[in-house]
Amino acid sequence: MIRIKGLHKRFGRLEVLKELDANIQENKITAIVGHNGSGKTTLIKCLLGLDKYDSGEINIKDYQLNGDWNYRNQIGYMPQIARFPENLTATEVITMISDLRAGSTTQAQELISYFRLLDEMEKPLKILSGGTRQKVNAIVALMFDPDILILDEPTAGLDPVSSSLLKDKIHNEKAAGKTVIITSHIMSEIQELADTILYLLDGKIFFDGPVDELIAQTGEKNLERAIAKMMS
Amino acid sequence: MLALRVIVIIMLMSSGLWANLVQVGSAHSQTTISGGLEVTEPGDTLLVHSGTYQESGLKIPHQLTLIGRGKPIIDGNLSGEIITITADDVSIEGFVLRGSGLSHLDENAAVRFEESQGGRISKNIFEDNFFAVYISQSENCIIENNIIKGLAETESRSGNGIHLWYCKDITIRGNYISGHRDGIYLEFVEQCVVAQNHSTKNLRYGLHFMFSNHNEYNNNQFDNNGAGVAVMYSRHVDMENNVFADNWGSAAYGLLLKDIYDSRITDNQFTRNTVGLYSEACNRIQVEGNNFANNGWAIKIMANSMDNVFTHNNFLANTFDIATNSRQNFNAFNQNYWNRYRGYDLDKDGIGDVPFRPVKLFSLLTEKNEPALMLMRSIFVEILDLAESYLPILTPATLIDEEPLMRVNQ
Amino acid sequence: MTTLLKIIKYQLHDLLRGKWFIIYTAVFFLLTDGLFRFGGDPGQVSLSLMNVVLFVIPLVSIVFGTMFFYNSREFMELLLSQPISRVALFLGLYLGLTLPLSAVYLIGVGVPFMYHAGIMTGSYWILLLVGVSLTWVFTALAFLVAVLSEQRVKGVGMTIVLWLFFAILYDGIILFILFALEEYPLEKLTLILSMFNPIDLGRILMLLQFDIAALMGYTGALFSRFYGDLLGSAVAVLALWTWCATPVWLGYRAFSRKDF
Repeated sequence: MIRIKGLHKRFGRLEVLKELDANIQENKITAIVGHNGSGKTTLIKCLLGLDKYDSGEINIKDYQLNGDWNYRNQIGYMPQIARFPENLTATEVITMISDLRAGSTTQAQELISYFRLLDEMEKPLKILSGGTRQKVNAIVALMFDPDILILDEPTAGLDPVSSSLLKDKIHNEKAAGKTVIITSHIMSEIQELADTILYLLDGKIFFDGPVDELIAQTGEKNLERAIAKMMS
Repeated sequence: MLALRVIVIIMLMSSGLWANLVQVGSAHSQTTISGGLEVTEPGDTLLVHSGTYQESGLKIPHQLTLIGRGKPIIDGNLSGEIITITADDVSIEGFVLRGSGLSHLDENAAVRFEESQGGRISKNIFEDNFFAVYISQSENCIIENNIIKGLAETESRSGNGIHLWYCKDITIRGNYISGHRDGIYLEFVEQCVVAQNHSTKNLRYGLHFMFSNHNEYNNNQFDNNGAGVAVMYSRHVDMENNVFADNWGSAAYGLLLKDIYDSRITDNQFTRNTVGLYSEACNRIQVEGNNFANNGWAIKIMANSMDNVFTHNNFLANTFDIATNSRQNFNAFNQNYWNRYRGYDLDKDGIGDVPFRPVKLFSLLTEKNEPALMLMRSIFVEILDLAESYLPILTPATLIDEEPLMRVNQ
Repeated sequence: MTTLLKIIKYQLHDLLRGKWFIIYTAVFFLLTDGLFRFGGDPGQVSLSLMNVVLFVIPLVSIVFGTMFFYNSREFMELLLSQPISRVALFLGLYLGLTLPLSAVYLIGVGVPFMYHAGIMTGSYWILLLVGVSLTWVFTALAFLVAVLSEQRVKGVGMTIVLWLFFAILYDGIILFILFALEEYPLEKLTLILSMFNPIDLGRILMLLQFDIAALMGYTGALFSRFYGDLLGSAVAVLALWTWCATPVWLGYRAFSRKDF
């Protein structure tokens, strides 16, 4: 589904990704894990074309990334911190993006009621709480029913109710045949959601395989302990 | 009754001696002016009635009074001179004189006085002449209330409106002159008065003085001439109450002075000229009570000018007040009004307590390096001028008005 | 193309909510109106406005332009994760700022002119042209700086240095060159030097419209003759256009390689 070959990215003197190879499978939830600064977000941004990698190759489906932007029609992205033009309201952001993509807002309406956001939609984004903004962020990612979902710390800042709503949503998406890429610091969450783990260490893939396999390999009882053991 | 008639006849004969009235016109025995002139005797009056006379080369060898009645037109058809006077006390009045011949060899005029005394030209209209009035080596003549309009072509194809050469005691008064090369041109002329004339739209100078001492001109208006008024190589010239206006162009001056000594320039108006007053190698000139308003440069004074005094003048809204080409200054500026002056007057005596420096650094720089004018109105230049005004380094240290007036000098 | 227009539309929408634009319009409007009310004829008003245009427009465009770019960071990040090209986004941001800035200038100066003077003189058209050109040029420079410099303070500082260079320092350098090369005929050189600074180019184009140009003597005559004919005007327009296009192009190149 997504093939990454020899991906190299540096920011000035800092080498973040070093000859990274990986495969992300279709219709699976793949979790990218690693300690802070291991290059998770950079990897995601490279997939999105937000960061320009120095060398290597990324193929998404049959398409090789080269600066053209059409492939992003198939991707829904939830950034780690939701950033919006502060003066706009959530409705305006959603209308604007639908307008720019010439898509419909029907799915968005469903999502708004699903995340119980109806009362917040007409307020300027700058006065909304981080959690609410995160929900708007989720709607933007999901509203065009993309084949690929890239979610960077999706539940961060969400209350337990919203968090489980989102997690349910992610499960449903997978059930509907979507490919999901997710990062999270909460290992239980990953254990709950993910099929496969990409473990990033020093800009390379340290482990790539099913969650169960990782746990079995390390002989620990859960993912968090397994990861901790691997890191030590 | 008879006795009375005899007395009258005797009186007439004795006073005019042989004075006759000769009439020229279609209704008279003389139908051409040249024919009429032939029958005149010295002291006669030639009365020309209205009509158009295609004549030129008219010579007047003796005293005569020529009077046009009903604006008769004498048309020279652009061939040679129209009237040439070589006698004394000839007067010409009331004619329309048109078309003296354009020539590169002869300075053909509509009316020329040659070695003549007591001539008078008044109330005539001169149209499309090469030179209109030309007076050479003559004295005691009067040129007044004429209207003189030239062809206004190129400088080389037009002559001067009133041209004086080697003359003395001439009065030029109340004329309107336009469309000539120089409106009024004086060379080697003494003790002349040029007053109340309006010289405008001439190709070169409205008034042009050369080598002419002891003259005065006052109450004239000189505007829209190609290069303004030029007074050169002369002494003792009085210039009073004239208007120098709208002489605008890359080499135009309100008044250009070159090598002028011991003269006075008082109560004149210099308005909207590229350079109001330009002075080169002039000494001992008193410049007093003039108004300089809206000129590019009110005064440009070259360093070779000395001992000139500028006092009680008003400087209003000029781009540059004073420009000079050197750090040296040997002229006095005192008690003038400068609208740029920002000083104060604590003792309320009407004189600012802080001296004023009228030379901007930029104007000094451009005098030395003309292309620097491309920086005109640039912010850098404004800053430079401001800095220099507080800390003068390059501008003339002595070119300074120690007693600037607080109010416009009326 | 439609994406570009949509981005411009949203920029306009966002900008017009700010007070900046009202202030900017009001300043030009009141200034022009005031100059007329204090008894200026259209020529004098244009001449007085000229100094303001040459001083204020580059400064406002370059400083406001960088700040605008930095403040659009969120908008960019949001849009770049969407299927939108970077060209469309960059040009959208640029036009989304320059179009309203130009419009505001044209309205602020133009409306009082129309109801006070009625007819538009040549000098007035040049005033509008130069004002709009400088807006485009200095916004382009602002964007270039903002793309190249991630740090806001450094970026805004750099724009002020750039402005100082073009508005003031450059003329100092010219003056230095003119005096250093005093021995040589310099008129042609001044003509060339005037092209390398958009503010100078604008200033000279405007000066030539006023009778004040007569004060510039032979240099002025040369400028008049050059910029007066078709070739010269074409060269002037081309130079201003280059001044706008080059930083936009360089800015876009950097923008297209930038990591967000």
